[in-house]
Amino acid sequence: MLSKRIIPCLDVKDGRTVKGVHFVGLRDVGDAVELGSRYAAEGADELVYLDISATHEGRHTFTQLVERIARAINIPFTVGGGISTMNDAERLLAAGADKVSINSAALARPAFISELAERFGSQFVVVAIDAKTTDNGTWHCTTHGGRRLTEVELFAWAHEAQERGAGEILFTSMDHDGTLAGYPCDTYAALSDGLSIPIIASGGAGSIDHIADVLTQGRADAALIASLFHDGVLTIPSLKQELHNRQIPVRI
Amino acid sequence: MIAIIDYNTGNIRSVINALDRIGAADCVLTSDAGTIRRASHVLLPGVGEAGTAMNELRSRRLDTIIPTLTQPVLGICIGTQLMCLTSEEGDTACLGIFPTRIVRFQSLKVPHMGWNTLTSLRSPLLNDISEESYVYYVHSFYPELCDCTIAHTEYGVPFSGALQKDNFFGTQFHPEKSGPVGEQILRNFLSL
Repeated sequence: MLSKRIIPCLDVKDGRTVKGVHFVGLRDVGDAVELGSRYAAEGADELVYLDISATHEGRHTFTQLVERIARAINIPFTVGGGISTMNDAERLLAAGADKVSINSAALARPAFISELAERFGSQFVVVAIDAKTTDNGTWHCTTHGGRRLTEVELFAWAHEAQERGAGEILFTSMDHDGTLAGYPCDTYAALSDGLSIPIIASGGAGSIDHIADVLTQGRADAALIASLFHDGVLTIPSLKQELHNRQIPVRI
Repeated sequence: MIAIIDYNTGNIRSVINALDRIGAADCVLTSDAGTIRRASHVLLPGVGEAGTAMNELRSRRLDTIIPTLTQPVLGICIGTQLMCLTSEEGDTACLGIFPTRIVRFQSLKVPHMGWNTLTSLRSPLLNDISEESYVYYVHSFYPELCDCTIAHTEYGVPFSGALQKDNFFGTQFHPEKSGPVGEQILRNFLSL
């Protein structure tokens, strides 16, 4: 049976992970390769590395880092952050990334999704969507980390992304992100039921219950988790064992 | 020397990285028939569209070379699909090594993406791999079950997770991305 995926997300700036993890025995908590290897060994199903460097030099360093990650890590990994041209994507693919995650660049120019899918295949293209509810209750996409609201409606955009060849949708509710209060499971379920590609849930989890809920009621295919792992609130083995105990299929 | 067949298909880098991790030295990326024939082991990896990939093999005359090889040959993902009879993707005639067809998933989400289990294992390729081991899949088309199926996976329908006929092996999953289980399978292949 296809398992639900648990995916740690690592933020990288100038080649270093930003949030430290308090693993015993890690020589260098800022080393993205060592940290990713540790998560992989603990049972992560995939990894996501987000480049939050703002400079050209930082992005160059990130590409070199991706090469090291690809050599060291024996599970799939996605890279994202600032990817806006075919050259960006091609450089990261050549460095060994399995998938790229695109967000603002796709909203600015939806044809970018089609071009990536045609050139590299749908399996390479994750479309990340940050959305929030508006006063009339509809969901609208945002850019710039949720600071700028667009006119684009969530479900219409997710559907267009799929039609243009996205292989997965990574949806974050900006209403829930960082709250530790759980996910909007009804919205995830509607997305999952309305699309034929996998949905990754991101942002809002504060407990194992929340993650279990989004994978069952929310019908998400995967959960992307950052601070709960980085802060040591949850470990991958304990999370997966608990999901398994609740009859949620996970790789143990 | 291990020959990795180079036919302009993506993601060969990750196969080379995986072979490096298990300490396999002397890997050559090649489309040269003589080099391929001399290799101790041959890998046919690949991602992409079956029709395009088959044309890339034909344009290098590798479609006539590969079926005549006598050393262990391992297809991965599209490489495995090309070793079957036909593919629904692009209505493609393939190499005909494994007596089965490649068809599209009709139910559930497509692509089939993520970790799924192997059952009914039977092949030296899968030595020391436990029943219900998880491996990583990304694909929209699958090999139907046949006499050469050496591992089953279920995704709406049961299909061939791996195949063997004589010295030819194929995995629909990606051993190079399947953690320690995948590395064991690659080691098994190299010890054949």
